[in-house]
Amino acid sequence: MNLPVQLLWLIPALPLVAAGIGALTPRGGRPIAAGAAIAALIGSFILSCLALKTALVDPAAHLTANFSWFDLGTGTFRLGWLLDPLNAFMCVMVTFVGTLIFIFSLGYMKEDANFTRFFCFLSLFAAAMLGIVVANSLLLLFVSWELVGLASYLLIGFWFHKPEAAAAAKKAFITTRIGDLGLLLGMLWLYDRTGTLLFFDNGAGCLEAGALAGLSSATLCSGLAVSTAIGLLIFCGAVGKSGQFPLHVWLPDAMEGPTPVSALIHAATMVAAGVFLVARVYPLMSADQALTNVPLHALTVVAAIGAITALMGAVIAVAQNDIKRVLAFSTVSQLGYMMLALGVGSWVAAIFHLLTHAFFKALLFLGAGSVIHAAHHEQDIRQLGGLGPKLKVTFATFAVGMLALAGFPFLFSGFWSKEAILHAAEGWEVSHLPLIAGLIAVVLTAFYMTRLVSETFFGHGRSHASEHAHESPAVMTVPLAILAACSVLIGFVGTPAWPWLQSQLTGEPVHPHGWFEGAGLMMLSILLVAFGIGAGLAIYARRTRVTASQRDPIEAKAPSLFAFLGARMKLDELYAATVGKVNSALAVVSDGLDRYVWAGIVNFLGRLGEFAGVVYREADEEGLNGGFDTGSETLREAGKVYSRSQTGDAHAYLRALAVGFVVLVLVITLGGLR
Amino acid sequence: MNAFPWLSAIVFTPWIGALILALLPKLSPAASRGLALLFSFSTLAFGLLAASGFNASQAGYQLVEQHRWISSLNVDYHLGLDGMSLLLVLLTGIVSPAGLLASWRDERDTRLFGLFFLLLQGAALGVFLALDFFPWFLFWELSLVPAFFLIKLWGGPGATRAAYQFVVYTIGGSAFMLMGFAAIYAATGTLSFVQLGQLAAQGQLVAKLSSLSGFWPTAVFLGVFLGLAVKVPLFPFHSWLPPAYAEAPTGGSMFLTGVMSKMGVYGFLRILWPLFPTQLHAAAQPLLWLALGGVVFGAFAAMRQTDLKRMVAYSSINHLSYCLLALFAVAAAGTTNTAATSSALSGALLQMFNHGLSASALFFCVGALEARSGGLRGLNDFGGARTAAPVFAGLCGFAMFSSLGLPGLNGFIGEFLIFRGVWGLTPWAAAVGCLGLFATALFLLTFWQRVFHGPRKGAVAGEFADASKLELTVLVPLAALMLLFGLLPQLLVGLFNPLVATWASHLLP
Repeated sequence: MNLPVQLLWLIPALPLVAAGIGALTPRGGRPIAAGAAIAALIGSFILSCLALKTALVDPAAHLTANFSWFDLGTGTFRLGWLLDPLNAFMCVMVTFVGTLIFIFSLGYMKEDANFTRFFCFLSLFAAAMLGIVVANSLLLLFVSWELVGLASYLLIGFWFHKPEAAAAAKKAFITTRIGDLGLLLGMLWLYDRTGTLLFFDNGAGCLEAGALAGLSSATLCSGLAVSTAIGLLIFCGAVGKSGQFPLHVWLPDAMEGPTPVSALIHAATMVAAGVFLVARVYPLMSADQALTNVPLHALTVVAAIGAITALMGAVIAVAQNDIKRVLAFSTVSQLGYMMLALGVGSWVAAIFHLLTHAFFKALLFLGAGSVIHAAHHEQDIRQLGGLGPKLKVTFATFAVGMLALAGFPFLFSGFWSKEAILHAAEGWEVSHLPLIAGLIAVVLTAFYMTRLVSETFFGHGRSHASEHAHESPAVMTVPLAILAACSVLIGFVGTPAWPWLQSQLTGEPVHPHGWFEGAGLMMLSILLVAFGIGAGLAIYARRTRVTASQRDPIEAKAPSLFAFLGARMKLDELYAATVGKVNSALAVVSDGLDRYVWAGIVNFLGRLGEFAGVVYREADEEGLNGGFDTGSETLREAGKVYSRSQTGDAHAYLRALAVGFVVLVLVITLGGLR
Repeated sequence: MNAFPWLSAIVFTPWIGALILALLPKLSPAASRGLALLFSFSTLAFGLLAASGFNASQAGYQLVEQHRWISSLNVDYHLGLDGMSLLLVLLTGIVSPAGLLASWRDERDTRLFGLFFLLLQGAALGVFLALDFFPWFLFWELSLVPAFFLIKLWGGPGATRAAYQFVVYTIGGSAFMLMGFAAIYAATGTLSFVQLGQLAAQGQLVAKLSSLSGFWPTAVFLGVFLGLAVKVPLFPFHSWLPPAYAEAPTGGSMFLTGVMSKMGVYGFLRILWPLFPTQLHAAAQPLLWLALGGVVFGAFAAMRQTDLKRMVAYSSINHLSYCLLALFAVAAAGTTNTAATSSALSGALLQMFNHGLSASALFFCVGALEARSGGLRGLNDFGGARTAAPVFAGLCGFAMFSSLGLPGLNGFIGEFLIFRGVWGLTPWAAAVGCLGLFATALFLLTFWQRVFHGPRKGAVAGEFADASKLELTVLVPLAALMLLFGLLPQLLVGLFNPLVATWASHLLP
């Protein structure tokens, strides 16, 4: 049974419905909300497998189902679904890892009062991520992209009564939104140039040859190809979402969310979205590769950002003391690897690493969750220690995740995908700097992961919490075991000897290259891993920490460096002092202009009006009214004179009457009035 | 259907309600409220009926009513409905009852409140439907009287000053517009928008005005522009708005931002642009800067507000500036990029509607906060309200995310289309405008964080009720509409798309 592309929307729709159910379920309806969420995601997983089957029938094809969303002028605005091996693999991964995280959450969030809301948000998160994956339109992708932002906002701030969680949620939303504005502009530009945002549309899509030829042949005044500029703007979105330097600052803070959320954000969803986006629009990103006379290729920037991020994340991770923050910076670093792979031209290696990383990073985060759960929410590795014997399953699975992340040779998936990336970087003609950065990060990764495991699981418990830790229930450990198994097995689908994944993704047979091609690089990286793990063991495992307050060996040697890295290279402070300051300055200026200038002008005009009123009144009083006043005054004076005759004496009145009468008669008889 | 004067019914039913309220001075508060609400709902009912008979594939005026009114002045009583008017009638029909419900608990002279409210509602509807300047201007000015009293009598402590400023400023603008139209009448002998539009399209309007004197076309353009710019308001003619919106009673603020602000934008699209396309084209570059000023300064000024109502008021300046940004970009371009043009115009129309929903919902939410805190509405007067009132917080979040343009809710599509159009016409303006999008997210999330997140404190520390039935009655439908129009924008676009297509093909300079 296959899933036709017309029904692909069901994959995101099922969790979306579950989110709706969760939203309407009252707090008491825990089984309903959680059941709906898990059932929906399992349903999506089954559909994803069927979709993968459909996609692999002809891996080179892009199956689409487009439809009209609304009328726009003389045309219509269309959206659509897309099915190809790239997103089919993503769907399977997201739904599979997501399901395990959901199940784990059943145990982890058992005590939480807002259990139903949690599952509602988780489902929304999964639905939005799946929306990104199945979209055949950059706009639909953007819509889902922002919904991922919303879901992450809600989940990072899930314990919103904690001010740190509320601040972290806002920071994540705002920081990623800065990148999203670049994505928005890139999308607008792309739309304006090509007249469509559909990726594939029977030759008329924006990622198809016709549109791309137009984009790469047009140049800007700086000599940059338009496709380069658009590609870089879209890449801004990926930088924000995938935690790349310089917008990675939200990722470590996102640890304020419940640990399953961290697993979801760092493994299956959200951060993977940026890498997926670049892979999705890869034809656009690489459209300028054939051009030789341009100052910059889009992918060069991607490679540079990826290399910087890979190295920076690994360096900072060395000096973190919070178990989740170490993992957070390892995510930053690993995402850097993926971007590096995209930049040096191997999107296949990037997706391979994305898939393997999803499994072992979900494993590590859930393992960390299990530790935190067992240790009564203690996250500081200095306070932990000695958990290995107490949490056997957690320890064993965490170790698998650690070895996979460190790239322990041959057995673990991380090794194969990282090799693929290093191999691609070695073959990059522009520069070998990304390769060098990648190799340094290999040592550091192996080192800090060894440090993390040693501090957490070896030695003695250094606090009440770690001394009294108990293994988590099966609902949490079984997902760990499944993820651990996958973290090993998933690597074998893309080994150099059997590059099945690569050939399915590209739709072209990839010839297995022998063990010897690239063996030198492989040997080197194995040595580096061995060195990193060895150094980690030598420093942290040989003499384990005794007390929580004891200084870290590196801290003891280089306190200021350790503090600098511990404070994440002070980038947050730098941003607060620059971007933050500019922002508040702009706000102050806007508000000040409003209060004093715009309102001031109006008030001035108002005053002017009042002044004119006063002037007129004075003119009235003195000039116009003055005449009347004089006249009235005369009258009044006259009245005074006449009023004297009003004596109230009847005789006087009669006398006056008689006099008047006589005068009247005289006048009439003399004919004066005739 | 044609025999019945649907449009007159739409305009005058609220006024009949007002008259009834005026004639029944002994009416109890409850009955007054009920009566006012009933008549207020008539707009939505008639609007939907009119929409059902509306031929959406046609761009011209429908359900036209035209009767000779003042022969000596060549003035007609002329009403007509096109996609834009219908959109705004429906918006008025949604926002007005919501506004009345927002002040439902206000015990101060409910009969008079309902009376003024219905008067205001009818006047606004008249503005959206009249096609002759004479009745149009009557409605336009008449709307000020009830608005003045609503602000002054039911407003906050600074209401008197705010109301005076609002009315004097707006009348000041309108005076110039009136003079402009007096000149137009002197030159052409007609005040019909339709006839004037035809004259303008043939280039005769300017010619006739010039025959009076060379400076008249520009002077009249500026006069009409000023009247409309104050009403929207266009930056920097906006300084009356924050105090007026902030001091008005909640229902009044909702109507002011939801409907009255649209009167200005409507005037730009219905009058200024069709009558003065060349002048608007010539002035468009500086006007683009002003619109961007509103987008950017409005949003950043909102960031500094500690009074939540003033914050939402500034965000209205920001949102309405997007509409004008779209229009000015279209006017400035002077090219025939019809795809970008129709995007920008569709976006502007959607934005008018969507802003009406989300901004009035936000004012309602602030009003609900005030009601719970005994009149407090400072950014720092609350904290942890989501713990105390989760349902209310969720609904308020709907309005907020709609307002910041979250995809999936209604606000996004309008803004996307505006930016898409503006980018195609004047890319730099779209790039600068992005700053506004960023700042909007910043201040709205700050609002949300301070009021709803963190530990319970301030006014929330004590008793703090979740959404009441009354609040649910208003917010749930509004939230549902936000979601509906976010997912199916065609429901709205379908009403006005032929009109936009006509504009895009005919009205370009």
